[in-house]
Amino acid sequence: MVDRKDKGEGIREEFIAEAQELIEGLSRDLLVLDHAQQQNAVDPETVNNLFRGVHTLKGLAGMFGFSKLGQLAHRIEDLLEDLRLGRVVLNQSVLDILFEGVDTFQRLLAEAKNPEEIAEVDIEHFERSIKALAVNQKSSSDIIAEYEIDPGVIAVLTEYETHRLRTNLSQGITVYRLHLRLSLDVIDTVLKQLKERGRKVAEIITYLPSMSVGPDEMIDIDVLLASNSPESELIKVLDQSESVLSVIQRRTPHVPPPAPTVTIPEKRDAQPVGAAIEKSDEPSGDGFAIADRAGDPLSLRSVMNTVRVDIRKLDHLMNAVGELGIVRGALGRALEKMRDVPGLNTLTGELRRIHRSFERCLIDVQDDVFDVRMVPLGHFFNKLGRIVRQVARENVKEVRMVVSGSETEVDKLIAEELADPLMHIVRNAIDHGIESPSERESRGKPIAGTLAINAYQKGNHVVVEVQDDGRGIDPKRIKQAAIDKEILSKEQLDEMSTSELLDVIFLPGLSTAESVSDISGRGIGMDVVKTNLARLGGMIELHSEVGVGTKFTITLPITLAIISALVVEVAGRTFAIPLSTIQEAIKLDPRAIRTMEGREILTLRGTTLPICRLADRFGFSRETKRSRQFVVVVVHGARRLGFVVDKLRGQQDIVIKSLAPSLQGTRGIAGATDLGDQRLVLVLDAPTLLDEFAATSRTNLLQESLS
Amino acid sequence: MLTRILIVDDSSAMRAFLRATLEECDDLEVQEAENGFQALKLLPRGEFDLVIVDINMPDINGLELISFMRRIEKYRETPLLIVSTEGSEQTRSRGMALGANAYLQKPFTAEALQKIVADMRGKQRGKD
Repeated sequence: MVDRKDKGEGIREEFIAEAQELIEGLSRDLLVLDHAQQQNAVDPETVNNLFRGVHTLKGLAGMFGFSKLGQLAHRIEDLLEDLRLGRVVLNQSVLDILFEGVDTFQRLLAEAKNPEEIAEVDIEHFERSIKALAVNQKSSSDIIAEYEIDPGVIAVLTEYETHRLRTNLSQGITVYRLHLRLSLDVIDTVLKQLKERGRKVAEIITYLPSMSVGPDEMIDIDVLLASNSPESELIKVLDQSESVLSVIQRRTPHVPPPAPTVTIPEKRDAQPVGAAIEKSDEPSGDGFAIADRAGDPLSLRSVMNTVRVDIRKLDHLMNAVGELGIVRGALGRALEKMRDVPGLNTLTGELRRIHRSFERCLIDVQDDVFDVRMVPLGHFFNKLGRIVRQVARENVKEVRMVVSGSETEVDKLIAEELADPLMHIVRNAIDHGIESPSERESRGKPIAGTLAINAYQKGNHVVVEVQDDGRGIDPKRIKQAAIDKEILSKEQLDEMSTSELLDVIFLPGLSTAESVSDISGRGIGMDVVKTNLARLGGMIELHSEVGVGTKFTITLPITLAIISALVVEVAGRTFAIPLSTIQEAIKLDPRAIRTMEGREILTLRGTTLPICRLADRFGFSRETKRSRQFVVVVVHGARRLGFVVDKLRGQQDIVIKSLAPSLQGTRGIAGATDLGDQRLVLVLDAPTLLDEFAATSRTNLLQESLS
Repeated sequence: MLTRILIVDDSSAMRAFLRATLEECDDLEVQEAENGFQALKLLPRGEFDLVIVDINMPDINGLELISFMRRIEKYRETPLLIVSTEGSEQTRSRGMALGANAYLQKPFTAEALQKIVADMRGKQRGKD
């Protein structure tokens, strides 16, 4: 066993990271299994993946001395073994045990990470539930013996592989042997491709490397596969130039079993064999020169092709790249100055060329660093799926979760920040949105409520929509709650449109639920959700219709660290405004300004635009003599506002740094940045300023109308 | 004399542990394969003196790999150590019957691994 004290933290971290990955994988596969069970289309491969995951987890827990985790994994592994060998039938109680098991793994891992978080686990409880399951021990006469299979092959099959072979044969599915001759250079890539392609038309039972590595470095492999597809189709999908596909024949003549049931995964359209797989038989093909080098054991100690990196290291890298961007800017400005110095022409020209190639490289590096940090939202949606299941169960509600856009990628940090708001919204939707099955039935809705989560990319932003088909949010109830809790006055509320009323749920202190359940309660309200999202430059919108459902739309920037900004001057001070919030910047025509209800507004191409003089907002003395000023039009959701500034200094990439703790929470400031000239400038938080402006103008309006 | 070891295990933490433990010994060089496909690719080129193999792996399982190696002239004599969570006597005896030289059941200590590898190296040296 690994001595946790002297074997170093590194390996322990390896354990934690792999265990975390395994548990996430289990959770993902379990959801697939749950769904498949409902559809009555369980893919044996899913069960096998689960088994393998738990098996590995058990092995690791044992090696690294986490005995509780090991014991539980052992019980769950036994259950999965019975399941994959067909001794236990998959049903709701099995799924319940598995879900509970995975949740418990997660808690035990949390304990492993932080020994203070003690996880109470009742292993015997699992044992009892597993024992209570019906075990099916029917042993039919061995069908495998009836087929022409080399005993040498049978000898190397694992129990599971034997079981799959037996199951397929007894269901009348044809078992084939695909004999391949592959060059060592490409063996791993070709087999991986074969696996991907094969999965669409067949169940691959196993791969058997069989014969000699000759002088030409070729290897023979037999692939055992089961399929209901016609042989011609299999050949089309799997065939390689030096391959032979043969049917495993029955020894004695026999009557084919009636109507075979298909257990292999649903067949998708078979794709024609692409050029890559055909080419791969030519060991000296150009395309494989790189693969060859990468496989050279002299140049590589390990053939692992992924690395796990601490996100903090990526943050450092990101910051360093950001700083390089600033250096690039400074260099550019220095070059500008040099141009005016006589006698430096040749040198300046040369420097300019170097600067340009530096710029190109930097853009590549920036892109790559961004790319490395991107994670698909799918990982996270899987976790959400478990929560949905759990909350639905606790509430005795039926909820169907439909996810689209799992492949949408966001910065790892954004994905993490998205977790809490999304979790909160999803819990709310099930807790308060989706009605009980009986209520739904009486309203003529399908008994199972639908929770649709949809993610997509929109420019530099990622949009996540959470939509339920529940009872919707009633503006009247929000109004009453706001009055009861003295958040707004009746007069203020009466002035509001329906959508404004709905937005009241984002104000601190309001909760429309008649009873605060321990599930959605959790101490955070929609106001916190909104504030947290705004802090990241994101926003949340709400649409709801009584009786029909509710939709929350969260919009977040894809990445945080480096942003393009417009640099402006106000009363001699410099500010940066994130470009993503800016619609346009125009010259201010003082004649176009009108005053309406105490507010300055501008008529811009036929529409009115409220304007905010930043100098006033931040309490600087306004330079009265200035004749030329500019308006920067910012948008946030449906709102627009014009910031009046004195000077536009141009666009620049900036790295936002957070303010010192004492200054954090300064309203309207998102952070600070260094523009490369050693001066620190503040970055405006346009969304907050916009909201603040809208709120004060509403109060002004009310005060004016009251006086 | 340098001993080249190939580890075939689909768990990266396991590989990391095996590597760290083995590298405490002198004159060892370790390479890793995370599945049977990679092992097949590395084997002919590595001139390995010892192969450590897990049994329960996807696609090409440990038994298949052992059986393959024993059928090929070049690897017929290569010492093979099974490290597996599989506790059943059946798996163990099948592995040994297919031609593995030793079996170490997980969980095991670093010392146990070092000892068994030292023994296997000693035997190998005795033969040379």
